[in-house]
Amino acid sequence: MVAIVDYGAGNVTSVAKTLRFCGADAQVTNRPEDVLVASKIVLPGVGHFSSTQRLQESGLRDAILARAAKEVPFLGICVGMQWMFGGSSEAPDVPGAGWLPGRCERFPADAKCPHVGWNRLQLQGESPLLEGLPQGTFVYFTHSYFVPSTPAASALTNYQGLFPAAINQGNLYGVQFHPEKSGDAGLHILRNFLRL
Amino acid sequence: MSLPVTLARRVIACLDVHAGCTVKGVQFVNLREAGDPAELAWRHAASGADEIVLLDISATHEERSTLLTTVRRTAERLFVPFCVGGGIRTLDDAARVLECGADKVSLNSAAVQRPALITEIANRFGSQAVVLAIDAQRADIQQPITQQAGDLLNKKNNIVLANVTVRGGRKATNWDATDWAREAECCGAGEILLTCMQRDGTKQGFDCELTAQIADAVRVPVIASGGAGSPAHFVEVFREGRADAALAASIFHFGEHAIASVKQAMANAGIPVRYPC
Repeated sequence: MVAIVDYGAGNVTSVAKTLRFCGADAQVTNRPEDVLVASKIVLPGVGHFSSTQRLQESGLRDAILARAAKEVPFLGICVGMQWMFGGSSEAPDVPGAGWLPGRCERFPADAKCPHVGWNRLQLQGESPLLEGLPQGTFVYFTHSYFVPSTPAASALTNYQGLFPAAINQGNLYGVQFHPEKSGDAGLHILRNFLRL
Repeated sequence: MSLPVTLARRVIACLDVHAGCTVKGVQFVNLREAGDPAELAWRHAASGADEIVLLDISATHEERSTLLTTVRRTAERLFVPFCVGGGIRTLDDAARVLECGADKVSLNSAAVQRPALITEIANRFGSQAVVLAIDAQRADIQQPITQQAGDLLNKKNNIVLANVTVRGGRKATNWDATDWAREAECCGAGEILLTCMQRDGTKQGFDCELTAQIADAVRVPVIASGGAGSPAHFVEVFREGRADAALAASIFHFGEHAIASVKQAMANAGIPVRYPC
């Protein structure tokens, strides 16, 4: 069972619908006990980083950390990916998972913000999540904050400079874009995740 | 050193829905039918639309009752961004549409009456979920104008004056469209969908002057709408109108110009575009 963690932020419906379309036994849940038995975990999220505070209050954070430590594949989407880092200047008091160091920052003031639309992936090395995608594939973004540069980046995207669009460290995966809204390329990425 | 811009300019297909059926009119009257919205949405996505906007133009509560069913059915197999507008007057209206699978809501008259609605929805669902639609009526011209006449006018007068209209263009206000776009951004709108009423349905091209003025006035993306008649019009509004996205309805539904030919024209003109899709 793929647990789609519902912490009241954003559109879990569309992530669930798309994963089911790809053949997954996907369950939307806000209960730590479901996360603890899941074979894969997806942490979606759009909107404000502060909403991830609810992961801590509900016990979901501990469940995710425990399960991820047991090599269960984890996919963070958008704010879900940002949560994998230390934190975000959007909500400085709310800690992320801290699997990767550094803090998410807002795009510079001279950029149109949010960064909305289809932009290209510059693939970096090999990642099972992005396997089979052509270099320069377009995916759909909508975000105002981006994660710090990291050796774990498996794809970069250019918006007022390069930022990590996808990361992979062991069983941990994150995408800044929305695979559930990225047409055939997005479906391909989600199928790759389900095969892990 | 700056890298080449890779963020694609979006081509958006719009479905005007009335009592569960897709329609399209000329300047919001004389509606003609174009079929099932869900089927059309999937077809447009498959042929390269970067985004789908569904606008409910039903006048009555009864006609509108089918909207949520239509949204749910459309979203079921739609894997590109999906925005729904028309008749969204409260936070609850927005929540229901988003729960049915829309990614964004588009607000219009209700936000003019009460700008705080933008903030309420943005606070709950994020700015990326709130598109502020402006139906603008040029105050400096009365009739649909040609590009040439528009350019002449523009040279005489550096500021484009346009009033906001509400209720599908039926009621004028004395709000200035550019001021309203700025205020909406401050309230938390994540995008501006600008329709120039004099161009809507005319196929004479987008209003590049007004689009450029508003695109320069705000820091959020601006979607140009109203007047698309050919692939060249899209190239024009991205270049001269400085639009981030451009929207059209009838030219896509009735197969007059395929989305692919619009994107091909953009690619030929050197505009970043998701093509081939």
